[in-house]
Amino acid sequence: MKTIQINKATEQFLQVQPSHTSFSELRKAGLEILEHVGLPHFKEEEYKFTAISKKIEQQIKDYRPATSLTLTADQVDQALFNGFEGDIVVFNNGKFEPSLSKVSNEGYTLSSLQESSSSLLGSIANAEADPFVALNNLFFENGVSIKVLKGSQVQKPIFILHFNQAQGGQAIHSRVLIEVEEQAEVTLLENTISLDQDVYFSNTVTEVKVGSNAHAHYYRLQNENRQAIVANNFVTDIHRSATFTTVATQLSGDMLRNNLSLNLLDAGCEGNMYGLYLLNGKTHVDNHTNVDHTKPHADSNELYKGILADSSRGVFNGKIFVRQDAQKTNAFQQNNNILLSEDAIINTKPQLEIWADDVKCSHGCTTGQLDEEALFYLQARGIGKDQARGLLLYAFAGEVLDHIAYEPFKAYCIEMVQERLGTQF
Amino acid sequence: MSKDNQILEEFTSKEYEHGWSVDMEVDEAPPGLNEEIIKWISAKKEEPQWLLDWRLKAFKTWSEMTEPEWANVTYPKIDLQALRYYSAPKKSKKPKSLDEIDPELLQIYERLGISLNEQKKLQGIAVDAVLDSVSVGTTFKETLSKLGIIFCSFSEAVKEHPELVKQYLGSVVPMTDNYYAALNSAVFSDGSFCFIPAGVRCPMELSTYFRINAANTGQFERTLIVAEDSSYVSYLEGCTAPQRDENQLHAAVVEIYAAKNAEVKYSTVQNWFPGDKNGKGGIYNFVTKRGICAGDNSKISWTQVETGSAVTWKYPSCILKGDNSVGEFYSVAVTNNYQQADTGTKMIHIGKNTKSRIVSKGISAGKSQNSYRGQVQVMKRATNARNFSQCDSLLMGDRCGAHTFPYIDIQNSSAKVEHEATTSKIGEDQLFYCNQRGISTEDAVALIVNGYAKEVLNQLPMEFAVEAQKLLALTLEGSVG
Repeated sequence: MKTIQINKATEQFLQVQPSHTSFSELRKAGLEILEHVGLPHFKEEEYKFTAISKKIEQQIKDYRPATSLTLTADQVDQALFNGFEGDIVVFNNGKFEPSLSKVSNEGYTLSSLQESSSSLLGSIANAEADPFVALNNLFFENGVSIKVLKGSQVQKPIFILHFNQAQGGQAIHSRVLIEVEEQAEVTLLENTISLDQDVYFSNTVTEVKVGSNAHAHYYRLQNENRQAIVANNFVTDIHRSATFTTVATQLSGDMLRNNLSLNLLDAGCEGNMYGLYLLNGKTHVDNHTNVDHTKPHADSNELYKGILADSSRGVFNGKIFVRQDAQKTNAFQQNNNILLSEDAIINTKPQLEIWADDVKCSHGCTTGQLDEEALFYLQARGIGKDQARGLLLYAFAGEVLDHIAYEPFKAYCIEMVQERLGTQF
Repeated sequence: MSKDNQILEEFTSKEYEHGWSVDMEVDEAPPGLNEEIIKWISAKKEEPQWLLDWRLKAFKTWSEMTEPEWANVTYPKIDLQALRYYSAPKKSKKPKSLDEIDPELLQIYERLGISLNEQKKLQGIAVDAVLDSVSVGTTFKETLSKLGIIFCSFSEAVKEHPELVKQYLGSVVPMTDNYYAALNSAVFSDGSFCFIPAGVRCPMELSTYFRINAANTGQFERTLIVAEDSSYVSYLEGCTAPQRDENQLHAAVVEIYAAKNAEVKYSTVQNWFPGDKNGKGGIYNFVTKRGICAGDNSKISWTQVETGSAVTWKYPSCILKGDNSVGEFYSVAVTNNYQQADTGTKMIHIGKNTKSRIVSKGISAGKSQNSYRGQVQVMKRATNARNFSQCDSLLMGDRCGAHTFPYIDIQNSSAKVEHEATTSKIGEDQLFYCNQRGISTEDAVALIVNGYAKEVLNQLPMEFAVEAQKLLALTLEGSVG
């Protein structure tokens, strides 16, 4: 553990901030945690294989939020994909940019965090669980709060689009709060555009509350530049009979750490987590997922797949907790990896902790290569070796992407994955 | 539901009735741990200087270490300075015949199928020289020495085969390995030494011999097994009979060295005092066990049946250094009442074409916590490594916990590693099915549990498999629903 030297910078930062009560409480608590605990050391169990703090200390000179960029509507248009129709929420170096966003407010209301003063902010993501949440609490400037109104079915997806470019290795702290009220349904998309190839540290926190009988889908793409250091905390509270599904596709970056937590808070709820990491170069991706079953009759499904080339490294830690009250739980977890190169490394730890007896829980984990026989089968039918490999790898990866229910985004992800499989592997 | 609960209640309220102790006059060291004590122990055992130096070095290392806290167990800290580190039976006031032994205990023996002579030995009854067991023991010893096999207590080995002990001691579990291994290295009392020369296949399970002849080796036991090229040995530690032991802390070290083409099979059955139903008392079992497949084509296989101890902390591991070497780990761990077990294995693949297999079956009942913690590591040069791991948990009752912490670290793209885990309980329908066919609930539970653990029990030497089956049934008696 190493406490970070941020006191002076923080003081300066806090001085210029508008005095907003709920923010200042969060900031104060965040600062306290950072002063006591500091950023996680790689000797800590949770960060065992991911020395992200060291990397940040070496490359990031300033934890304060990076200054805003001059963005144009063209840049936003370019970041959209074929067939996209919906609302756009633009983040400019971690700050909400209303002028470029397209918000219809149909079935939902969107406000900047400074305006919304939602009491939910900071209550879902526990700053004590991860110091990066505390760091975000301390430094985020203005994120968004999206409230999907009771009973409304938001037809078009809401696309959260981050533009990052931090001159001189600065930090970017974006913050999103989503509340899906009872019986509502919404689809959210997220992508990050790195405007140049320079290093930056992006520290994002997303808090989601899915109310009773509501359904939320969250699809995200992480395809940042080769130097990006990312710490991402995504925490979801799922209430009675609600469902939440997330699909994450990770393609690029220097070091990515994703903490994804689903809290199944009431009976009948369902949480699904799917992830695909397709890595090459020196990319290091660490996915820590956490499912907490606290009440009976809840289900969770998890499937994370990885293809690792060059000297990339994948880390997967999937925790499933089944508390004593959570009888009749069904919890399934699967992690499959393919290593394509001698220098690629995978560290995986599927962790199951169960205190209830009437449950069905299982986890599986495999690491291997492409099936030689399948490869031979395709080659025997006149498909070239490279193409055959690409085909098999795509079939492996496709299982995750199949869970994206919004077709245009699925097609976009498939396109990216195919491009990667075609050119890199 | 209520039926289940009732059965559970019966089981969980059952006390460990097998504990007993025998008063003995002992030659004791004063309590405390310091260099003087270590010198005292070493002098007492008439050890050579190099071993004393080794112990002192280990003590120095240990004093700089801190007690590990990562295991998923909680227990009050042990005051290591309050323990006595040497206590040898001097003159025993032993019961004269089985008539003096608690009849209930005899019944247990009976049900486990332990022979009369073994029962006597276990109870510390002086066995008459003409009785079978000793002559059998002598015969064993003759047979073994004819083949060049050395099998003796550790102290004896230090005196008679110092060169072998010196060569292999600490070569698999270095004294710096962990807190308890360092402690053991500093103060180990005695243990066993086993050496199988090249090309020899040990004709018997060393278990049998061991059970009859090895004396109580104390709480800091040290076992060293060396199998030279193309040799084979099967070794069994512990026994199914309940063991009462006043030492709260047991920190043993087991080292296995397997040379080219050698095969070592190590089986453990542990049934130490688990504490009463309120979790009071019981033994802490903090063991370091590791084997190295140093030569090509060698094989080490660990099999363990853990039913006793209040806290178990044990990870029998294999370092697969030789090409084509094989490591296996089969485990059944049963916890009841307030028992806690954190057990598993490490398979370190270093050589080419190495294979490992892990089968772990946890059974938790009462308010116990049962954890599997394992690591499969495939090093960069370990091409074509293969691992299969399976860890299943069976939960009995809603107050117990089952946890799995598998670490899978792979640095070679040709590795094939699989891990799977499931959690389940004994279904009411399964019990009902058996009941319907005239099998009592208790028998049905034993049947189902044995079926569940069969894959592991099959790995035990035959006579122990039979005993272990009975032991499982007995441990879960009146019990499991």
